[in-house]
Amino acid sequence: MTVSEFAEKLSLHPFCLPVPGINVSGGYAGDLLSWVMGKAQWGDAWVTIMSNRNVAAVAQLTEVACVVLAENVRPDADLLALAQEHGVNLLGSGLSAFALCGVIAEFLRG
Amino acid sequence: MPVWGARMSEPVRFLWQVDGDDFSSAGEASVLAKRSLRELGFDAELIRRVAVAMYEGEINMVIHAHGGEAEMLVDEDAVRVILRDVGPGIPDVELAMQAGYSTATDSVRALGFGAGMGLPNMKRFADELVVDSRVGEGTTIEMTFR
Ligand SMILES: Nc1ncnc2c1ncn2[C@@H]1O[C@H](COP(=O)(O)OP(=O)(O)O)[C@@H](O)[C@H]1O
Ligand SMILES: [Mg+2]
Repeated sequence: MTVSEFAEKLSLHPFCLPVPGINVSGGYAGDLLSWVMGKAQWGDAWVTIMSNRNVAAVAQLTEVACVVLAENVRPDADLLALAQEHGVNLLGSGLSAFALCGVIAEFLRG
Repeated sequence: MPVWGARMSEPVRFLWQVDGDDFSSAGEASVLAKRSLRELGFDAELIRRVAVAMYEGEINMVIHAHGGEAEMLVDEDAVRVILRDVGPGIPDVELAMQAGYSTATDSVRALGFGAGMGLPNMKRFADELVVDSRVGEGTTIEMTFR
């Protein structure tokens, strides 16, 4: 399923969606960036509460399908600008990281 | 695999400066390296390993060594990444290589770094990793990817 369908079905707020057509195939959750770099997979929806510019670099390098900011966290201005510029899909949710992961896992299981 | 010219003797060389003042340029070299390797036609999995390991190295130069330089040498069968800094050096490399060991400050941790997983990630993603560090002189890390 594409990121834009994923965002719509799960009512995630699109902070920016520069590449809406890429596929979401899994998920990963974490705020420690080295941990995410070591574990996140291609096509994952990455759930985090980190909102600084380094999130854009990690998302690009790991090639996750999108970043989902949980707990109503908003991206810092430079994160938003970088995400837009470098093609990183950035979504948001008011759910806790725990609840959001539950919803995503359930949804991806189909 | 990339398609090389008939006489491919010299490796293709890239060099980037990594600014140590703040995080604003950290990751630039890795992203550019990734783009270059993609243009050269390398396999996506190899590119991802290079980019992630190089980013860890870049971040380390920023948070532990006031910046440095990142060099990438590419030839037919290998990508080599060399990270050089003239920072404080690593007193005990074996200890630094342990997962979870970190001397990062709280302000660095607040940005999501300092999990002590950087060097272990680099070791895991590179086929070879050589750390040459001298206290008071600096650190050179060489990674080879095949
Ligand atoms: N380029 C470097 N210069 C000086 N010290 C370094 C360098 N790279 C790593 N270190 C030391 O090794 C430790 C472990 O590095 P790493 O595994 O990347 O974890 P982290 O960066 O999260 O602390 C660092 O906390 C630091 O003490
Ligand atoms: Mg590190």
